[in-house]
Amino acid sequence: MPTDKAAQAQPILEIKLGYLRAYAPQLALSVLDVPPRDEGVAGAKVAIGDNNTTGRFLGQEFKLEVSEVKPNADVIAAFNDMALKGARYILADISATQLLSVADFARDKGILIFNVGATDDRLREEDCRANIFHTAPTRTMLADGLAQYLIWKQWRRWVLVYGSHARDKQFADALRRAATRFGGEIVAEKEFTDTGTARRTDTGVVQIQRQMPVFTQEFPDHDVLLVADESEVFGTYVPFRTWIPRPVAGTSGLIPSAWHPASEQWGGTQIQNRFAKANGRRMLSKDMAAWTAARIIGEAATRTHSADPEVLAAFVRAEDFSIAAFRGQKLTFRKWNWQLRQPVYLGDGRSVVSTSPQEGFLHQFSELDTLGIDQPETRCVLK
Amino acid sequence: MFRRLTFLSAGFVVAASIGSPASAYMVYVSNEKDNTVSVVDSTTKEVVRTIDVGQRPRGITISHDGKFIYLCASDDDTIEIIDTATYGIVGSLPSGPDPELFVLSPDGKTLYVANEDDNLVTVIDLESKKVRAEVPVGVEPEGMGISPDGKSMVNTSETTNMAHFIDTETNEITHNVLVDSRPRFAEFKPDNSEVWVSAEIGGTVSVIDNASREVKHKITFEIPGLRSEAIQPVGVRITADGTKAYVALGPANRVAVVNAKTYEVEKYVLVGQRVWQLAFTPDQKTIISTNGVSNDITFIDVATDEAIQSVTVGALPWGVVVSPN
Repeated sequence: MPTDKAAQAQPILEIKLGYLRAYAPQLALSVLDVPPRDEGVAGAKVAIGDNNTTGRFLGQEFKLEVSEVKPNADVIAAFNDMALKGARYILADISATQLLSVADFARDKGILIFNVGATDDRLREEDCRANIFHTAPTRTMLADGLAQYLIWKQWRRWVLVYGSHARDKQFADALRRAATRFGGEIVAEKEFTDTGTARRTDTGVVQIQRQMPVFTQEFPDHDVLLVADESEVFGTYVPFRTWIPRPVAGTSGLIPSAWHPASEQWGGTQIQNRFAKANGRRMLSKDMAAWTAARIIGEAATRTHSADPEVLAAFVRAEDFSIAAFRGQKLTFRKWNWQLRQPVYLGDGRSVVSTSPQEGFLHQFSELDTLGIDQPETRCVLK
Repeated sequence: MFRRLTFLSAGFVVAASIGSPASAYMVYVSNEKDNTVSVVDSTTKEVVRTIDVGQRPRGITISHDGKFIYLCASDDDTIEIIDTATYGIVGSLPSGPDPELFVLSPDGKTLYVANEDDNLVTVIDLESKKVRAEVPVGVEPEGMGISPDGKSMVNTSETTNMAHFIDTETNEITHNVLVDSRPRFAEFKPDNSEVWVSAEIGGTVSVIDNASREVKHKITFEIPGLRSEAIQPVGVRITADGTKAYVALGPANRVAVVNAKTYEVEKYVLVGQRVWQLAFTPDQKTIISTNGVSNDITFIDVATDEAIQSVTVGALPWGVVVSPN
């Protein structure tokens, strides 16, 4: 049996993780929404600390190396560099295009990738890969989590305002799909075109207060106004400024997310305290996706007493693998595309309003599979 | 609805048999949400008193002479001492931050506290009210069990997923035993032979042999019509004669009755919503569950394993302890 003394006597097994990140400073419509400099990385670091506390008893030591590239830049060199330094587990917070540019190379090198940032459904569908595990949820999972709540509230008539960038349109697509799936009706839609305005101007609010009611004036009656603005062009300006008084949901108002900085449910207080103490700020969704990914690697190493990616991957891919991650139930992977099943938080920025799946949305295998594209519809062929 | 009717009819049976009342014990329930402790008479099954305590009361235990209740006031980072004669708070113990669960040594002199935020087990001398030792353990220490002979204690760490065996002479870890995800509670068998450790997310109870310190059996639970994710074992109690164990199954809303010799689950008793902790009355005739979401506790008859009656207490009942006399 491993004892403290035994652990000290055995050679230390080193497990190297890399964190590859596309980063450039971003603006937001509200300064409160500007992403922290260490978003995601901070979550991975807390998990490394947790893994090392456990590793102390087993003679395992986890290390994390962070590498940053520009958004849309070539990531191959940075990825190669991490591989050369011995990282066999890479947490990736890069775009779908960047991720796909290194996926096959990683597979040939026996490197496992954990996608902690990209919500693109295509990475789990037509562009899925056998060596990429996704701890970040997809846009369809987030949209379905929101839609279930609106249906539960019997707010069924929606209007949709979406941005003019590709990712805004992808989230709008996910919302339209959710409407069809759960019985919502989108009674009207409108694009808000990005004409290139500064996100912060001294007297900007004066104009916005006049413009937004006019923009939403022509909509037929509805229960909820849905917003798809991942690009931070107009979404924050919609709540309280609509022509008729209606709740707003989507990328502003009631927002679906993988985690909420105020969640204290399901033992959440403990990880929130630990995170806040280490980083001096609250834990965000990307931090949780990264924490979960690094914990999955830690859990696999603990249970297998190994640092070998093949051994760890076999453990994670096994039928009975699950991870505890403060989400109220064990989290498991969808075997057909390696997406982590997880509940969706619905928050208003200050507090958690609800979590989906909602009561009554049933499924023959897992209620979490009522969120996002399910196995019968998948276009993923793992390779 | 069905459950309520069952309780009503069970209630009539009790009323009819009031002729030879069992001796009354006081049942103390910590209510996590409204910062109170409910005092329930075990015979009349009525709340006789509600004590205002510190913030977020969770772990609760009582001195062997029944004079003092020890209570983890988690958000006040302290352990409060309540005098059972006056129900006044008469002191506090230096628990370290965010105390959640603890266990009292068999000789009544030492309190072992799990400090979740600091990955420590704090050893407190009750006479001097001073910290005697701090033992570094895994991530998020929670469950605390002590062997009836007092020689070893077990702490479970919820994210490390281990049962840490600590020698109470040296206050050092001697063994680390991996169990399933999110271990919440550790309970020794009265004959010191085994430690039972519940795993909330793993959905199992590991039976650890106390001699070899290896998992010798894993108990699993299956309830028709319930998803396996909803079965989340937390509190575990074993009868003094070592024949039967009770396991609280969280959001499965049931207490499992387990044959402690064969490890077979013999029955699931429907109690209330999100059942977490359990306590026997000293005569071992009754076991009481705390049902957090339904704001009540349920008395279960140990002879028949039937739920006798539920009693509404404060908001989110968490822990329970019964007076020894």
